[in-house]
Amino acid sequence: MTEQPMVRFDNVSKRYGALTVLDGLNLEIAHGEKVSIIGPSGSGKTTVLRMLMTLETINDGVIWVEGQPLTHMERNGKLVPADLAHIRKIRAKIGMVFQSFNLFPHMTAMQNCIEAPITVLGMKRADAEARAADLLDMVGLSEKKDHYPSQLSGGQQQRVAIARACAMRPKIMLFDEVTSALDPELVGEVLEVIRKLGREHDLTMLMVTHQMGFAKEFSDRVCFFHAGKICEQGPPNELFGAPKNERTRQFLHAVLEAG
Amino acid sequence: MGIRTLVTLLVVALGVIAVLATQEAYSLFMPGLLQGAVLTVEIAVLGSLLAIVMGVLAALARMYGPAPLRWLATVYVEIFRGTSALVQLFWLFFVLPQFGVTLNAFLVAVLALGLNVGAYGSEVVRGAIQSVARGQWEASTALNMSRPQMLRRIILPQAFVAMIPPWGNLLIELLKSTALVSLITLSDLAFKAQQMNQNTFKTIPIFTLVLLMYLAMSLVLTIGMRLLERRASLGLARGRAA
Repeated sequence: MTEQPMVRFDNVSKRYGALTVLDGLNLEIAHGEKVSIIGPSGSGKTTVLRMLMTLETINDGVIWVEGQPLTHMERNGKLVPADLAHIRKIRAKIGMVFQSFNLFPHMTAMQNCIEAPITVLGMKRADAEARAADLLDMVGLSEKKDHYPSQLSGGQQQRVAIARACAMRPKIMLFDEVTSALDPELVGEVLEVIRKLGREHDLTMLMVTHQMGFAKEFSDRVCFFHAGKICEQGPPNELFGAPKNERTRQFLHAVLEAG
Repeated sequence: MGIRTLVTLLVVALGVIAVLATQEAYSLFMPGLLQGAVLTVEIAVLGSLLAIVMGVLAALARMYGPAPLRWLATVYVEIFRGTSALVQLFWLFFVLPQFGVTLNAFLVAVLALGLNVGAYGSEVVRGAIQSVARGQWEASTALNMSRPQMLRRIILPQAFVAMIPPWGNLLIELLKSTALVSLITLSDLAFKAQQMNQNTFKTIPIFTLVLLMYLAMSLVLTIGMRLLERRASLGLARGRAA
């Protein structure tokens, strides 16, 4: 038996009215693979993550997670649109970190990290706190556990958000431009945490990023999106070193020029 | 206005009532008026509780309920917002018995005022829920919470803070609307005042005391809401100045 891909987009399309954001996307991500998505704004790259997190519905196609349909479920041998119970079952394997952190402002860092493990996973408070303490330690914020988000810097908030997502033990982690809202001097501490996460945890990672240097160093594969399609993909050395597609070359040229 | 100012005003109002009560021209009316005031407070408190419950339920039903419930909640809100509280009181008290349903006057008062203010309150609740940032819903979804879990743990605690000031306004409206219940045979503060005035024509002492009593009640309510607001926003505001 060949190993199932962790994630498979099977001819997935997303439209807003007349605007096609993603056009028949086919993409497979292997267990443990780190994939970066780059491309100009409006190319649909964030939509890929949002669809996988079920924050957006899809118009066509099927998304699979470990061989099971996420957007659909099987009934009498046919695929029908999934109900919420099915979505929640499959969605449990996925976690996400957002550009704007989205920490719960009325909870401390610790409370942010134990909320879902207790309410969703039904963990005992003490166990959830032990797990959260480990994760806050991993992101270097043990001393800030009783601080509220408004008392933390952007970089610290984002590190708490990473710990919070990890506390649910997902197999797949999605990072949506997680350093774009940060002051430049705070970007490094967040990227360092993601590196560590990649090293120490058995995670499949999918990230949308504008940090070309990080994408090059960290990913196994880079996908360049343009106008709702994957224009070019490959190992970072190839895609950054010798892009085959003209659009990729133009984009990389423009980005590196600016950077 | 700060809480300190409000408390000072309340102390002054109560002080003036106390001083006036020692005067013979005023003391005569105190027992009757206080009796009426107790009934007014009872109706206001129970009506407020009903209004809050109805406001929250109607808002949640309209936003997240299945179609029949949504429809029911919309009909409720539009009927009770679209007709006057006085007409609602009369309808429940004088018309319902014609259909064989007779409710006592006190129950009618609580029902009519609570349902009336609850209809307005449901819009307050709805607005406050919608004012919570979209990212909060998305983060809760990414943590795989169910809709009720999100509402209970993440959305409502944040919406709650935004709801308090408009609810304060509505509940003061409710308190003042209790004067209407004198028209359905209840001896509330307004009724007692009118009755005494008709018997004695001592308009100045009677209505001065009544004015001060209503003012004291609404100040207590305002101060309570301010304290609640301060407490509820503690977590949200913490360190915001830093």
